[in-house]
Amino acid sequence: MAADRKLVPIPAANETYRAPPRLFDARCKACWFVAGLVVLTIASFWSLELQWARFFSADSMRRMGKFFGELMSPTANGEFLWRLTIASLETLAMSALGTLLAAIGGLALALPASRTHAEDPARWRGVTRLVLNALRSIPELVWAALLLISAGLGPFAGTLALAVHTTGVLGRLFAEAIENAPQGPAFALRTQGVPAGRVFLYATLVQVLPQLLSYTLYRWENNIRAAAVLGVVGAGGLGQMLAFHMGLFQMSETSSILIAMILLVAVVDIVSYLSRRILSR
Amino acid sequence: MSTIAASSPAWRDPAWSGRVFWFGAALVLIVPALIATEFKPWTLFGADNLKATRNFLADFLPPKIEGEFMLMVMRETWRTVAIATAGITLALVIAVPLTLLATSALSVSALTGRMNALPFVFRQAIRGTLIVLRSIPELVWALVFVRVVGLGPTAGVLAIALTYGGMLGKVYAEILESEETHVTNSLLRSGAGRLQAFLYGLLPQSAAELTSYTVYRWECAIRSSAVLGFVGAGGLGQQMDASMKMFNGSEVCTMLIVFVLLVWLADQASAWLRRALG
Repeated sequence: MAADRKLVPIPAANETYRAPPRLFDARCKACWFVAGLVVLTIASFWSLELQWARFFSADSMRRMGKFFGELMSPTANGEFLWRLTIASLETLAMSALGTLLAAIGGLALALPASRTHAEDPARWRGVTRLVLNALRSIPELVWAALLLISAGLGPFAGTLALAVHTTGVLGRLFAEAIENAPQGPAFALRTQGVPAGRVFLYATLVQVLPQLLSYTLYRWENNIRAAAVLGVVGAGGLGQMLAFHMGLFQMSETSSILIAMILLVAVVDIVSYLSRRILSR
Repeated sequence: MSTIAASSPAWRDPAWSGRVFWFGAALVLIVPALIATEFKPWTLFGADNLKATRNFLADFLPPKIEGEFMLMVMRETWRTVAIATAGITLALVIAVPLTLLATSALSVSALTGRMNALPFVFRQAIRGTLIVLRSIPELVWALVFVRVVGLGPTAGVLAIALTYGGMLGKVYAEILESEETHVTNSLLRSGAGRLQAFLYGLLPQSAAELTSYTVYRWECAIRSSAVLGFVGAGGLGQQMDASMKMFNGSEVCTMLIVFVLLVWLADQASAWLRRALG
């Protein structure tokens, strides 16, 4: 023990003097980052010809005041409230069905997109992942606008749009869940000569199912929010009502629709928060 | 014991009744949903729709890459990024002061037990404001501001500023409150001001996390500023909407490709920055 201690160099009583690094030098990543950020921000504001003068003008303030004043008087007409309820249910149905279709489509695409074991050739992995990324990177609203051409106005286009975008999201998540599943049970079945389909059904799927379900529920929550506004391009639900009544400047109806939208989102938030707390207890 | 071992395994599926029940329940839920969403897949293959789809898709290839059009696409792409950046900057202007006001870690009265009633109510009110700002989708804000300031990027910038101001403020407050409060408390106890305690206690601990969340939100804002164009708030979305309404497939195709590339680039940039922040 004593011999060991001798080998350790004894630190100097006073620390060796070292000049602090220069604040700005070519290697200072943070400096370049901040400089780039400042340039980007200034360029953005400069190039956008924003109409602040117009926004803060007395005329626009008055219009805004009037607009929000009118928004403060929501209509509670029975027949309208009934239509509003129907539209809210339509929004919910769109999101639920869209998510269900996406879960099926996502699982179907996740199978070719995942390499389940080391000897798996997974020939379609690259192509399928490319497709999934393409589906995922185009937002629901753009899909809805595109699908209006083939599906016509109405909730069907919205449902399909949600399904297509969510297929991309879920497919990728599912593929990752399948690839990360423990290999043991699948390996045991494979060595017994069980064909790939059954190996998936009886070994992999059983293990990853809870994870797939939780991803699906999480996306459903997101999709309810998305479905509420998707309609502004004409794809059904609350959004379509909003765009319609706002276009006609019927402010009290618009106000009720906005309240319904906020309530729907708030209810989803609260239910999700509570269920997470109950489930994680 | 021996009787159990000797008896043959049950041929009936023990989970049969549960399966039948859940299948029935799913049917009961799905059928109304199918009716409510007017789910008629065969309309996709109706003669008229099929023709429109085929014409539109046939026009996709080749994508339009003529000089003047590409210049316009590039300009609009830059505007999409600029709307997102300007929106996030204004969102920070909203979020940072509100976060400082809402953070309970900077409460002086909470140093000696419970926070006083007035500051507590005030902080909860600020937090409520942030949640309300966040819970109204940016698309709805954009619709409202397009009515007030007219078509163009101003509406998009304001919409992003309000929604993302709420989001950033709420998450910033949560990040700050999850930090170790030891340093902050010591500073406050020895007479530092709240701003000093924040700058020297809370901020150094959480700066990386705050920056990384902001960068992530900037990436989201680019995606949403493209979408906001569809209600007339400028940028790539507005041009895409115009081309779709004219069934101009080749223009739509180019813009979709540019949009996917933009999202991919923003994703890579944001991932790189967040990795660099550690």
